[in-house]
Amino acid sequence: MGKAKVKRASTSIDMTAMCDVSFLLLTFFVLTATARQQESLIVDAPHSYSEAKLPDGNVAMITVGNEGKVFFHMSDQNVRVQALQQMGALYGIEFTPEEYGKFKAMEDFGVSMKTMKTLLAAEAGDRTEDKQKGIPVDSTSNASNELSSWVKQARLASAKILRDKAAADGTDPDDIELMTVAIKADANEKFPSLNLIIETLRNQKQNKFSFVTGLKAD
Amino acid sequence: MAELNQDSGKGGKGGKVRSKKSGGKVDLTAMVDLAFLLITFFMLTTSLNKPQAMDVAMPDKNVETDKQTDVDVDEHRSVTLVLGSDDKLIWYQGDVKKPIQEPAVIDYSKDGLRAVLMKMKQVVPQQAGGKDMIVVIRPSEKSVTRNIVDALDEMKIVDVKRYMISNRIMAEEIELLKKDNLYND
Repeated sequence: MGKAKVKRASTSIDMTAMCDVSFLLLTFFVLTATARQQESLIVDAPHSYSEAKLPDGNVAMITVGNEGKVFFHMSDQNVRVQALQQMGALYGIEFTPEEYGKFKAMEDFGVSMKTMKTLLAAEAGDRTEDKQKGIPVDSTSNASNELSSWVKQARLASAKILRDKAAADGTDPDDIELMTVAIKADANEKFPSLNLIIETLRNQKQNKFSFVTGLKAD
Repeated sequence: MAELNQDSGKGGKGGKVRSKKSGGKVDLTAMVDLAFLLITFFMLTTSLNKPQAMDVAMPDKNVETDKQTDVDVDEHRSVTLVLGSDDKLIWYQGDVKKPIQEPAVIDYSKDGLRAVLMKMKQVVPQQAGGKDMIVVIRPSEKSVTRNIVDALDEMKIVDVKRYMISNRIMAEEIELLKKDNLYND
Protein backbone atom coordinates (compact mmCIF):
# COMPACT_ATOMS: atom_id res chain seq x y z
CA MET A 1 0.00 0.00 0.00
CA GLY A 2 1.44 3.25 -0.98
CA LYS A 3 1.52 6.10 1.43
CA ALA A 4 -0.84 8.90 0.68
CA LYS A 5 1.37 11.73 -0.42
CA VAL A 6 0.74 15.20 0.95
CA LYS A 7 0.01 17.36 -1.97
CA ARG A 8 2.46 20.25 -2.10
CA ALA A 9 1.06 23.61 -2.96
CA SER A 10 2.66 25.02 -6.04
CA THR A 11 5.21 27.74 -5.35
CA SER A 12 4.78 29.47 -8.65
CA ILE A 13 2.44 32.41 -8.54
CA ASP A 14 0.40 33.60 -11.42
CA MET A 15 2.25 36.67 -12.60
CA THR A 16 -0.27 37.71 -15.22
CA ALA A 17 -2.07 40.32 -13.16
CA MET A 18 1.13 41.80 -11.83
CA CYS A 19 2.51 41.98 -15.32
CA ASP A 20 -0.63 43.76 -16.49
CA VAL A 21 -0.44 46.30 -13.71
CA SER A 22 3.23 47.02 -14.15
CA PHE A 23 2.88 47.57 -17.86
CA LEU A 24 -0.10 49.81 -17.30
CA LEU A 25 2.01 51.92 -14.96
CA LEU A 26 4.86 51.88 -17.41
CA THR A 27 2.60 53.11 -20.19
CA PHE A 28 1.34 55.87 -17.92
CA PHE A 29 4.82 57.07 -17.07
CA VAL A 30 6.00 56.93 -20.66
CA LEU A 31 3.05 58.96 -21.86
CA THR A 32 3.14 61.60 -19.14
CA ALA A 33 6.89 61.92 -19.14
CA THR A 34 8.69 65.05 -20.09
CA ALA A 35 12.38 64.57 -19.90
CA ARG A 36 14.05 66.57 -17.20
CA GLN A 37 15.78 69.51 -18.72
CA GLN A 38 19.48 69.73 -18.41
CA GLU A 39 20.11 73.21 -17.17
CA SER A 40 23.53 74.76 -17.34
CA LEU A 41 22.98 77.29 -14.60
CA ILE A 42 21.36 75.63 -11.65
CA VAL A 43 19.66 78.03 -9.30
CA ASP A 44 17.77 77.57 -6.10
CA ALA A 45 14.46 79.25 -6.83
CA PRO A 46 12.62 80.91 -3.94
CA HIS A 47 9.60 79.14 -2.48
CA SER A 48 6.07 80.45 -2.57
CA TYR A 49 2.52 79.38 -1.83
CA SER A 50 1.50 80.10 -5.40
CA GLU A 51 -0.36 77.20 -6.94
CA ALA A 52 -0.29 78.36 -10.53
CA LYS A 53 1.86 76.23 -12.78
CA LEU A 54 4.19 77.41 -15.46
CA PRO A 55 2.61 76.67 -18.86
CA ASP A 56 3.95 73.68 -20.75
CA GLY A 57 4.92 75.05 -24.10
CA ASN A 58 6.07 78.36 -25.44
CA VAL A 59 7.96 79.78 -22.51
CA ALA A 60 11.00 82.00 -22.56
CA MET A 61 12.84 81.66 -19.30
CA ILE A 62 15.49 84.01 -18.03
CA THR A 63 17.60 82.41 -15.35
CA VAL A 64 19.66 84.62 -13.12
CA GLY A 65 21.98 83.47 -10.41
CA ASN A 66 25.58 83.27 -9.34
CA GLU A 67 26.17 87.02 -8.91
CA GLY A 68 24.05 88.21 -11.78
CA LYS A 69 24.88 85.65 -14.46
CA VAL A 70 22.03 85.59 -16.96
CA PHE A 71 21.02 82.55 -18.99
CA PHE A 72 18.22 82.29 -21.53
CA HIS A 73 16.04 79.35 -22.42
CA MET A 74 13.33 78.98 -25.06
CA SER A 75 11.10 75.95 -24.71
CA ASP A 76 10.02 75.68 -28.34
CA GLN A 77 12.68 74.37 -30.70
CA ASN A 78 11.28 76.13 -33.75
CA VAL A 79 11.29 79.40 -31.86
CA ARG A 80 14.95 78.81 -31.02
CA VAL A 81 15.96 78.51 -34.65
CA GLN A 82 13.86 81.44 -35.76
CA ALA A 83 15.17 83.62 -32.93
CA LEU A 84 18.78 82.73 -33.71
CA GLN A 85 18.23 83.62 -37.36
CA GLN A 86 16.89 87.02 -36.39
CA MET A 87 19.63 87.56 -33.82
CA GLY A 88 22.27 86.65 -36.39
CA ALA A 89 20.86 89.18 -38.80
CA LEU A 90 20.76 91.79 -36.05
CA TYR A 91 24.32 91.31 -34.89
CA GLY A 92 25.77 90.49 -38.32
CA ILE A 93 26.74 86.90 -37.61
CA GLU A 94 26.04 84.09 -40.03
CA PHE A 95 25.45 80.60 -38.77
CA THR A 96 25.83 77.38 -40.69
CA PRO A 97 23.01 74.81 -40.86
CA GLU A 98 24.96 72.58 -38.46
CA GLU A 99 25.13 75.40 -35.96
CA TYR A 100 21.39 75.93 -36.26
CA GLY A 101 20.93 72.23 -35.57
CA LYS A 102 23.12 72.43 -32.49
CA PHE A 103 21.37 75.52 -31.24
CA LYS A 104 18.03 73.80 -31.69
CA ALA A 105 19.13 70.99 -29.39
CA MET A 106 20.65 73.32 -26.81
CA GLU A 107 18.43 73.85 -23.78
CA ASP A 108 19.86 77.10 -22.51
CA PHE A 109 22.85 79.32 -23.00
CA GLY A 110 24.57 82.22 -21.35
CA VAL A 111 27.00 83.75 -23.81
CA SER A 112 27.18 86.90 -25.85
CA MET A 113 26.54 86.77 -29.59
CA LYS A 114 30.30 87.15 -30.21
CA THR A 115 31.10 83.93 -28.41
CA MET A 116 28.03 82.05 -29.57
CA LYS A 117 29.96 80.26 -32.32
CA THR A 118 32.55 79.03 -29.84
CA LEU A 119 29.82 77.70 -27.61
CA LEU A 120 28.12 75.91 -30.48
CA ALA A 121 31.44 74.40 -31.59
CA ALA A 122 31.95 72.86 -28.16
CA GLU A 123 30.64 69.43 -27.28
CA ALA A 124 27.30 69.36 -25.50
CA GLY A 125 28.94 68.04 -22.36
CA ASP A 126 31.50 70.84 -22.34
CA ARG A 127 28.96 73.64 -22.26
CA THR A 128 29.18 73.97 -18.53
CA GLU A 129 28.19 76.96 -16.53
CA ASP A 130 31.69 78.16 -15.71
CA LYS A 131 32.55 78.35 -19.42
CA GLN A 132 29.63 80.67 -20.08
CA LYS A 133 29.90 84.22 -18.86
CA GLY A 134 26.22 85.08 -19.03
CA ILE A 135 24.30 87.14 -21.55
CA PRO A 136 25.25 90.84 -21.46
CA VAL A 137 22.49 92.89 -19.93
CA ASP A 138 22.31 96.57 -19.07
CA SER A 139 19.70 99.20 -18.42
CA THR A 140 19.36 100.37 -22.03
CA SER A 141 17.42 98.91 -24.94
CA ASN A 142 20.35 99.21 -27.34
CA ALA A 143 22.19 96.38 -29.04
CA SER A 144 24.56 96.23 -26.07
CA ASN A 145 21.72 94.81 -24.02
CA GLU A 146 21.71 91.43 -25.69
CA LEU A 147 19.14 89.98 -23.32
CA SER A 148 16.71 92.62 -24.48
CA SER A 149 17.31 91.59 -28.09
CA TRP A 150 16.94 87.91 -27.27
CA VAL A 151 13.63 88.38 -25.50
CA LYS A 152 12.35 90.60 -28.28
CA GLN A 153 13.43 88.24 -31.07
CA ALA A 154 12.06 85.24 -29.21
CA ARG A 155 8.71 86.95 -28.84
CA LEU A 156 8.68 87.96 -32.50
CA ALA A 157 9.73 84.47 -33.58
CA SER A 158 7.07 82.86 -31.44
CA ALA A 159 4.37 85.18 -32.77
CA LYS A 160 5.48 84.55 -36.35
CA ILE A 161 5.46 80.78 -35.95
CA LEU A 162 2.07 80.78 -34.28
CA ARG A 163 0.63 83.12 -36.93
CA ASP A 164 1.91 80.91 -39.72
CA LYS A 165 0.47 77.90 -38.01
CA ALA A 166 -2.88 79.60 -37.51
CA ALA A 167 -2.92 80.63 -41.16
CA ALA A 168 -2.16 77.05 -42.22
CA ASP A 169 -4.91 75.75 -39.97
CA GLY A 170 -7.32 78.34 -41.27
CA THR A 171 -7.95 79.92 -37.86
CA ASP A 172 -7.77 83.56 -36.94
CA PRO A 173 -4.06 84.58 -36.99
CA ASP A 174 -4.63 87.29 -34.40
CA ASP A 175 -6.04 84.84 -31.92
CA ILE A 176 -2.75 83.39 -30.71
CA GLU A 177 -1.48 82.73 -27.27
CA LEU A 178 1.52 84.91 -26.60
CA MET A 179 4.78 83.63 -25.27
CA THR A 180 5.13 83.56 -21.51
CA VAL A 181 8.22 85.24 -20.16
CA ALA A 182 9.41 83.80 -16.88
CA ILE A 183 12.21 84.83 -14.57
CA LYS A 184 13.92 82.17 -12.53
CA ALA A 185 16.08 83.95 -10.03
CA ASP A 186 18.18 82.49 -7.30
CA ALA A 187 16.65 83.01 -3.88
CA ASN A 188 19.76 84.78 -2.67
CA GLU A 189 20.26 86.93 -5.72
CA LYS A 190 20.44 90.60 -4.84
CA PHE A 191 17.80 92.96 -6.21
CA PRO A 192 19.97 95.06 -8.60
CA SER A 193 20.61 92.16 -10.99
CA LEU A 194 16.93 91.23 -10.90
CA ASN A 195 15.98 94.84 -11.42
CA LEU A 196 18.05 95.01 -14.60
CA ILE A 197 16.03 92.14 -16.03
CA ILE A 198 12.68 93.56 -14.94
CA GLU A 199 13.59 96.91 -16.48
CA THR A 200 14.74 95.18 -19.67
CA LEU A 201 11.32 93.56 -19.93
CA ARG A 202 9.48 96.75 -19.08
CA ASN A 203 11.41 98.69 -21.70
CA GLN A 204 9.89 96.48 -24.35
CA LYS A 205 6.44 96.62 -22.80
CA GLN A 206 6.59 93.07 -21.56
CA ASN A 207 4.96 94.18 -18.33
CA LYS A 208 3.60 90.78 -17.47
CA PHE A 209 5.92 88.00 -16.50
CA SER A 210 6.14 85.15 -14.02
CA PHE A 211 8.54 84.36 -11.26
CA VAL A 212 9.43 80.70 -11.21
CA THR A 213 9.19 79.42 -7.67
CA GLY A 214 9.16 76.15 -5.83
CA LEU A 215 6.31 75.06 -3.63
CA LYS A 216 6.58 75.93 0.02
CA ALA A 217 6.21 72.83 2.12
CA ASP A 218 4.68 74.24 5.28
CA MET B 1 -5.77 34.18 -19.26
CA ALA B 2 -2.33 32.80 -19.66
CA GLU B 3 -3.39 29.42 -18.41
CA LEU B 4 -4.94 27.85 -21.36
CA ASN B 5 -4.87 24.21 -20.37
CA GLN B 6 -6.74 24.23 -17.11
CA ASP B 7 -7.69 20.94 -15.61
CA SER B 8 -11.38 20.42 -15.55
CA GLY B 9 -10.89 18.43 -12.35
CA LYS B 10 -13.16 15.47 -12.86
CA GLY B 11 -13.11 12.70 -15.34
CA GLY B 12 -9.37 12.76 -15.49
CA LYS B 13 -8.81 9.52 -13.71
CA GLY B 14 -9.45 6.31 -15.38
CA GLY B 15 -9.83 7.90 -18.70
CA LYS B 16 -7.29 8.22 -21.40
CA VAL B 17 -4.03 9.68 -20.36
CA ARG B 18 -3.98 12.97 -22.14
CA SER B 19 -0.74 14.33 -23.30
CA LYS B 20 -0.26 17.60 -21.52
CA LYS B 21 -0.12 20.50 -23.86
CA SER B 22 2.97 22.51 -23.38
CA GLY B 23 3.48 26.24 -23.87
CA GLY B 24 0.24 27.47 -22.37
CA LYS B 25 1.81 28.79 -19.23
CA VAL B 26 4.63 31.25 -19.54
CA ASP B 27 6.76 32.33 -16.67
CA LEU B 28 6.13 36.05 -16.49
CA THR B 29 8.51 36.82 -13.64
CA ALA B 30 11.26 38.10 -15.86
CA MET B 31 8.83 40.27 -17.78
CA VAL B 32 7.51 41.80 -14.57
CA ASP B 33 11.07 42.47 -13.47
CA LEU B 34 11.78 44.25 -16.68
CA ALA B 35 8.59 46.28 -16.49
CA PHE B 36 9.34 47.46 -13.00
CA LEU B 37 12.87 48.35 -13.96
CA LEU B 38 11.54 50.54 -16.76
CA ILE B 39 8.98 52.11 -14.44
CA THR B 40 11.72 53.01 -12.00
CA PHE B 41 13.78 54.49 -14.79
CA PHE B 42 10.95 56.67 -16.06
CA MET B 43 9.95 57.76 -12.58
CA LEU B 44 13.46 58.94 -11.85
CA THR B 45 14.09 60.71 -15.13
CA THR B 46 10.83 62.61 -15.36
CA SER B 47 10.04 65.75 -13.52
CA LEU B 48 6.49 65.31 -12.37
CA ASN B 49 6.43 68.45 -10.32
CA LYS B 50 6.26 71.31 -12.71
CA PRO B 51 7.64 74.55 -11.30
CA GLN B 52 5.18 76.97 -9.82
CA ALA B 53 4.77 80.33 -11.46
CA MET B 54 3.97 83.59 -9.80
CA ASP B 55 2.51 86.08 -12.20
CA VAL B 56 3.58 89.66 -11.82
CA ALA B 57 2.34 92.67 -13.71
CA MET B 58 4.42 95.80 -13.67
CA PRO B 59 3.00 99.24 -14.41
CA ASP B 60 3.43 100.46 -17.95
CA LYS B 61 6.51 102.55 -18.46
CA ASN B 62 6.80 105.47 -20.79
CA VAL B 63 10.03 104.50 -22.50
CA GLU B 64 10.44 107.71 -24.49
CA THR B 65 10.43 110.13 -21.60
CA ASP B 66 11.30 107.66 -18.84
CA LYS B 67 9.27 109.67 -16.41
CA GLN B 68 7.15 107.98 -13.88
CA THR B 69 3.65 109.27 -14.18
CA ASP B 70 3.01 110.00 -10.56
CA VAL B 71 -0.56 109.70 -9.52
CA ASP B 72 -1.71 111.53 -6.43
CA VAL B 73 -3.49 109.23 -4.06
CA ASP B 74 -4.80 109.73 -0.60
CA GLU B 75 -1.77 109.26 1.64
CA HIS B 76 -3.90 107.24 4.02
CA ARG B 77 -4.21 104.59 1.35
CA SER B 78 -0.54 104.00 0.66
CA VAL B 79 1.30 101.42 2.70
CA THR B 80 4.97 101.11 1.78
CA LEU B 81 7.16 98.10 2.44
CA VAL B 82 10.88 98.81 2.22
CA LEU B 83 12.73 95.54 1.87
CA GLY B 84 16.08 95.52 3.62
CA SER B 85 18.78 92.98 4.25
CA ASP B 86 18.77 90.15 6.83
CA ASP B 87 15.24 89.09 5.79
CA LYS B 88 13.64 92.09 7.47
CA LEU B 89 11.60 94.95 6.14
CA ILE B 90 10.35 98.33 7.25
CA TRP B 91 6.79 99.40 6.70
CA TYR B 92 5.06 102.72 7.06
CA GLN B 93 1.83 104.38 6.01
CA GLY B 94 1.64 107.61 4.06
CA ASP B 95 4.51 109.81 2.97
CA VAL B 96 8.04 108.94 4.04
CA LYS B 97 8.70 112.53 5.17
CA LYS B 98 5.73 112.67 7.50
CA PRO B 99 4.38 109.18 7.86
CA ILE B 100 0.93 108.61 9.35
CA GLN B 101 2.06 105.34 10.83
CA GLU B 102 5.64 105.47 12.06
CA PRO B 103 8.11 103.14 10.28
CA ALA B 104 8.47 99.81 12.02
CA VAL B 105 10.77 96.84 11.46
CA ILE B 106 9.02 93.52 10.82
CA ASP B 107 9.92 90.17 9.28
CA TYR B 108 8.22 88.03 6.65
CA SER B 109 6.57 85.65 9.07
CA LYS B 110 2.91 85.17 9.80
CA ASP B 111 3.05 87.44 12.82
CA GLY B 112 5.10 90.05 11.01
CA LEU B 113 4.10 91.14 7.54
CA ARG B 114 0.84 89.22 7.35
CA ALA B 115 -0.45 90.59 10.63
CA VAL B 116 0.36 94.15 9.54
CA LEU B 117 -1.33 93.72 6.18
CA MET B 118 -4.41 92.15 7.76
CA LYS B 119 -4.71 95.04 10.20
CA MET B 120 -4.13 97.72 7.58
CA LYS B 121 -6.63 96.12 5.25
CA GLN B 122 -9.25 96.80 7.91
CA VAL B 123 -7.96 100.20 9.03
CA VAL B 124 -7.32 101.86 5.65
CA PRO B 125 -10.92 101.84 4.35
CA GLN B 126 -12.07 103.51 7.57
CA GLN B 127 -9.48 106.28 7.21
CA ALA B 128 -9.76 106.75 3.47
CA GLY B 129 -13.52 106.74 3.18
CA GLY B 130 -14.10 103.21 1.95
CA LYS B 131 -11.21 103.07 -0.49
CA ASP B 132 -8.87 100.10 -0.26
CA MET B 133 -5.19 100.26 0.47
CA ILE B 134 -2.37 100.40 -2.04
CA VAL B 135 0.76 98.50 -1.10
CA VAL B 136 4.06 99.61 -2.59
CA ILE B 137 6.82 97.03 -2.41
CA ARG B 138 10.15 98.79 -2.57
CA PRO B 139 13.12 96.43 -2.62
CA SER B 140 16.40 97.99 -1.62
CA GLU B 141 19.68 97.00 -3.22
CA LYS B 142 20.43 94.74 -0.29
CA SER B 143 17.27 92.70 -0.48
CA VAL B 144 17.22 89.35 -2.25
CA THR B 145 14.77 87.65 -4.60
CA ARG B 146 13.34 85.53 -1.84
CA ASN B 147 12.21 88.65 -0.01
CA ILE B 148 10.34 89.94 -3.05
CA VAL B 149 8.66 86.60 -3.65
CA ASP B 150 7.74 86.36 0.03
CA ALA B 151 6.23 89.83 -0.05
CA LEU B 152 4.27 89.02 -3.22
CA ASP B 153 3.12 85.82 -1.60
CA GLU B 154 1.70 87.71 1.35
CA MET B 155 -0.19 89.98 -1.07
CA LYS B 156 -1.90 86.89 -2.46
CA ILE B 157 -2.61 85.41 0.97
CA VAL B 158 -4.02 88.60 2.46
CA ASP B 159 -5.78 89.28 -0.86
CA VAL B 160 -4.48 92.78 -1.38
CA LYS B 161 -6.08 94.02 -4.59
CA ARG B 162 -3.68 96.83 -5.37
CA TYR B 163 0.03 96.42 -5.04
CA MET B 164 3.07 97.27 -7.07
CA ILE B 165 6.79 96.71 -7.13
CA SER B 166 8.68 99.97 -7.31
CA ASN B 167 12.39 100.17 -7.91
CA ARG B 168 12.64 103.87 -7.15
CA ILE B 169 13.76 103.77 -3.58
CA MET B 170 14.07 107.13 -1.89
CA ALA B 171 17.10 108.39 0.01
CA GLU B 172 14.99 108.77 3.16
CA GLU B 173 14.04 105.12 2.98
CA ILE B 174 17.66 104.03 2.68
CA GLU B 175 18.36 106.18 5.73
CA LEU B 176 15.61 104.34 7.58
CA LEU B 177 17.17 101.01 6.68
CA LYS B 178 20.63 102.16 7.70
CA LYS B 179 19.33 103.44 11.01
CA ASP B 180 17.89 100.03 11.81
CA ASN B 181 20.99 98.24 10.54
CA LEU B 182 19.14 96.60 7.66
CA TYR B 183 21.40 97.75 4.88
CA ASN B 184 24.17 95.16 5.12
CA ASP B 185 25.63 92.96 2.44
